[in-house]
Formats: sequence, structure tokens, C-alpha cells
Amino acid sequence: MTEAAFSQPDRARSDAVNARIAMLQGWLRSMAIGALGLGILGALWALGGWYIAQSPGMFAFAQLAPVPTLERLWDMAQRGEIWDMSAPSLNRVGWGLGIAILVGVPMGILIGRLAWLRDLSNAPFQLLRMISPLSWMPIAIMAFATWDAAIIFLIFVASVWPIMFATAAGVKRIDPAWLKVSRNLGANPVHMLVYVILPAIAQDIMTGIRLALGIAWVVLVPAEYLGVSSGLGFAINDARDSLDYARLGATVLVIGVIGYALDSLCLLAIKRFSWLRSDT
Amino acid sequence: MNAISSFVQARPLDGILTLARSLSGHHDDPRRDAKAERNATGAHVQIEGLQHRYKGAAANCLDKLEFKVTPGQIVALVGRSGCGKSTLLHLIGGLMQPSAGGVYIDGNRVKSACPRWVVMFQAPSLFPWMTVAQNAALGLRFAGRKAEIAKRIPPLLELVGLTAFADRNVQDLSGGQQQRVALARSLATQPELLLLDEPFSALDAFTRRALQQDVRRIAKELGLTVVLVTHDITEAAIMADRALVMAPDPGRIVTDTLLDPGPERHRDNPQFEAERARLATLFEATA
Ligand SMILES: Nc1ncnc2c1ncn2[C@@H]1O[C@H](COP(=O)(O)OP(=O)(O)OP(=O)(O)O)[C@@H](O)[C@H]1O
Ligand SMILES: [Mg+2]
Repeated sequence: MTEAAFSQPDRARSDAVNARIAMLQGWLRSMAIGALGLGILGALWALGGWYIAQSPGMFAFAQLAPVPTLERLWDMAQRGEIWDMSAPSLNRVGWGLGIAILVGVPMGILIGRLAWLRDLSNAPFQLLRMISPLSWMPIAIMAFATWDAAIIFLIFVASVWPIMFATAAGVKRIDPAWLKVSRNLGANPVHMLVYVILPAIAQDIMTGIRLALGIAWVVLVPAEYLGVSSGLGFAINDARDSLDYARLGATVLVIGVIGYALDSLCLLAIKRFSWLRSDT
Repeated sequence: MNAISSFVQARPLDGILTLARSLSGHHDDPRRDAKAERNATGAHVQIEGLQHRYKGAAANCLDKLEFKVTPGQIVALVGRSGCGKSTLLHLIGGLMQPSAGGVYIDGNRVKSACPRWVVMFQAPSLFPWMTVAQNAALGLRFAGRKAEIAKRIPPLLELVGLTAFADRNVQDLSGGQQQRVALARSLATQPELLLLDEPFSALDAFTRRALQQDVRRIAKELGLTVVLVTHDITEAAIMADRALVMAPDPGRIVTDTLLDPGPERHRDNPQFEAERARLATLFEATA
């Protein structure tokens, strides 16, 4: 009797420990699989480098192989060059994306709430959305006084649509009963926005921002080929012009790593804003 | 019991606080104090020549309704599905405007929703991104009475038996517990009139019976006027002082009867059972 009573909490504790261990194991396994995936990518890269080195016509590009690239990357990191080339790019993406959020979220909420605005705007927005952001480049260069402004505009054009459409879709999925209940409890339109609509669609907005960031990061590099003398796109162009292929490879790697990191941050934010219980 | 008395006692305490403030030259909004005074009794509801037709509908959904509910009375609206019970409740609550006639609460025509009369719907529709306490406090927040949240919400949660869940997410709660949060949310602004639209129909029989008793008890403690829509005769007999039977096409009231099921509103009690049977017969004959 007493033994059973004592073993009860012990068993509960060991259950908790077991659950913790199982979670840790699952986490380790997914980490290991992720590392394996990166390993395969690295192996393919090494294979490509070896092939280039073998082929007589392509010998000039041998510096693109992993070892020279990573050596150069280390060198660049030590001299602070990575930050110097990334900061202007991050700055431009930040401005473009920030303006896209400021425009896209309110527009998305209005489109989601007002049927007539949705009908009115649907055709023009779908048409504009399908135009590659880069095709605005000549117009952007004419319209804006500085290269920086033109690039920010291109990033804005690329990222406003996913944010706007994800927001509108989220608003349309809001349970009408929530709005009815809040009206019944005396909510004014500002209360509705702050306490109902924005929390309800926070996750949708973050998902839109994540999509937008992916597109913006892709558009950034070609946009920086023009005019400006800073940023990752410029660094790529510069490395090509000076035939410094190790530097080119290192810059490409930096672009990929930063993009991946930003995307992971967005994913964390999406999880943070999600109010849906995954375990139910 | 403790929770109820502390909630009821909150009012004399309010009076003392107001007195202390006015003595110290600190004035609160006088209208709010007047409102709190009126709360001591429930609202008086008057329905005058009420008609409603939905846009695009051929016939009236409600036709020339005429009745009064006295302060503190619990009235059950019973009728078959589609006879217009929910429509009537939405009109009383100011969530819709009638085509003709009007609803008067304490002599004032209802033009919009107001925290003094709250509708409680079939589904609790709690906000899943908030805790139990935050959901219950929504009405106070919207009314700009944030200062009262800390004082009012804990006794209210005790009243509905959810003190232990105050800081839990509402998604962790059972259906019955969620409906009790919705009840606390409806009561937080100290309404004079509670409009219930089949609030327990999604619950299991056991929870439903318990909540029916609870809501009647709470309404009586607080002196609230209650209009309850239901198609469950037993629910009407357990909860109401009076039943209005509605018939469809167009929706109208065909029977108006006071209920006297005795002090013990329970199906084991013969007096209750007789009164329930009488209401059931009336319902079958007219609805
Ligand atoms: N939004 C609407 N537009 C048009 N007709 C409606 C609308 N809502 C309800 N009706 C009609 O009005 C009538 C009454 O509906 P109501 O919802 O008030 O019925 P009810 O008595 O509450 O029924 P139930 O017990 O099924 O909830 C029904 O015939 C319904 O078809
Ligand atoms: Mg109904």
C-alpha cells in the first residue's frame, strides 16, 4: 500500500523524463537528417569542382570548388567584408519589405472585409502581380532619383502582393461569430481591429511576409547589378568582372546562408503567432 | 456560495467607494454610477408592434409581436425550428433593426448593441488567442472600464467555477467550461438584460442540466431580466418564470403562460413534472 503510494510520483517523474528524452531524440534525428542533406549538397558541389578542374576548357573556374571558396569566405569574414557587402542589401530589403507591409496589410484587411473592393481590385491586382518585378526596372530607374530608391521600389513591388493576398485570405477566414460577439460586447471598429482581426490573422500576415521575403531576396541580387556600388548583387558582379571566382563562390554562399537564416526567423515568428493548437 | 456573495457585495462596496471619492472631491463619471444603480434591478423590456421581413423574403418572418417583460423576470421563448426565435432575440439585442415597430428597454428604443443588454449565442465563440480571464474581461475592455477588470473578473470566474482555469488558454477547456466562460464574459459588464439563444444546446445532457440550474440561480441572485430562446420544453420549465410559445409563418406568439413548477425545479419532483407536462401540452396544441 505505502509502496504503491510512493512509487506513483516516481513513475510520473520517470514518465516526464522519458517524454523529455523522446523529444530530444526526435530533435537529434531531425538535426542529423538536416546535416546529411547539407552534406549531400556539399558533396555535389565538390563533385562539380572536381569535374571543372578535370575539364581542360573550364580550368579557369576551378576556384569555384569548395576548398578555395571556403578559404576565401573565411578570409572575407575575418576582414569584415561579409558584413560590409550584406548590410546595404539587408537595408534595402528591410525598407522595401517594410513599406510593403505598411501598404499590403491594411489593403489586405480592406479587401478581405469589403466585397466591392475585392471585386474592384481583383483583376488589376492579379494583372500587376503577374508582371515580373524586374520588368519595372527601367521605369523605376526613370522614376526615382537615386539607385537605392529604385531598388527599394523593386523589392516593394515584388513583396507587396504575397503580403496583401495572404492578409486578405486570413481576413476572409475569420469566424463571423467572433465579430458578432465583439459587436455585441460593445466593440468599436478600433477594438475589432486590435482585439479580433489582427490577432486572428497574425499568422497569415507572417506567412505572407515569409513568402514576400523569399521573393524579395531573389529579386534583390539582379536589382543590385545596376547602378549601385554596394550590396551582394554588386559584389557578385564585381567578382565576375575581376575574374575572382573564389570570391564569387563565397558571395553566392553568403546569399544562400542569409536567405536561409531570414526564412528560419520568419518560420519562428509564424510559430510564435499561431494560436491554433497543433496537438489537438 | 462565497463567490456569489462577494460578487453581490461588490455593489455596496462600490457605493462606499463612490461616497469616499465624492467626499475627497474625486468625481467619477456620474452616468456610470447611475447605471450601476439601475443594475440593482433588471431591465424592463417592451415589444411594440414588432415586425420583421428579411431582405428578399416574400413574407414577414415576425408579425405584429406585442409583449412586455417585467424587471427580473425569466422568459422562455419556445417554438419550432424556423419560427423566428433567433430573429426576435437579435432584434431585442439591437443586432438587427426591425422592419416595423420597436423594442424598448427601460423606456428607451433599442437602436444598437449595448453592454447593458448582451446576447449569449449557441456557440461560445471565445477568442482562442486569449486566456479564460482575458476572454471574460473583453466587455469591460471594450467599454473602457479596464480599471474594473482586476476587481470584477476573479469573483466572476469563481461564480462560474473556473478560478483554477483563469490563466489557461480557452482551447484547453471542455465545451461546458467554454460556455461558462461565455457566461462570465456576458455578465462582466453587469448587464440588466441577458438574451440567451439556445446557449446549452451543444452540450451533453448532464452539463446542460447543471448549467440551466446555475444560470437561473445567478440571474436571480443578480436580479437580471432574461429572455431565453429554446426548443426544449424541459429547459423552459427548469429555467423560466414565464413561457411564450411561438408559431411559424409568420412568426407570432400564440401562448403566454406563467410557470409555477414549485421550488424544486427537477424532474423527480411531481409538481415540476406536472407543470412541464402542462407546458408540453400547450406547446403541442398551439405551436
Ligand atoms: N439572414 C436571413 N436571411 C433571410 N432569411 C432568414 C435569415 N435568417 C433567418 N431567416 C429566415 O427567417 C425564419 C426564422 O429564422 P430564425 O433563425 O429566427 O428561426 P429560429 O426560430 O431561431 O429557428 P431555430 O430554432 O432553428 O434556430 C426562417 O424561416 C429563416 O429561413
Ligand atoms: Mg435560432
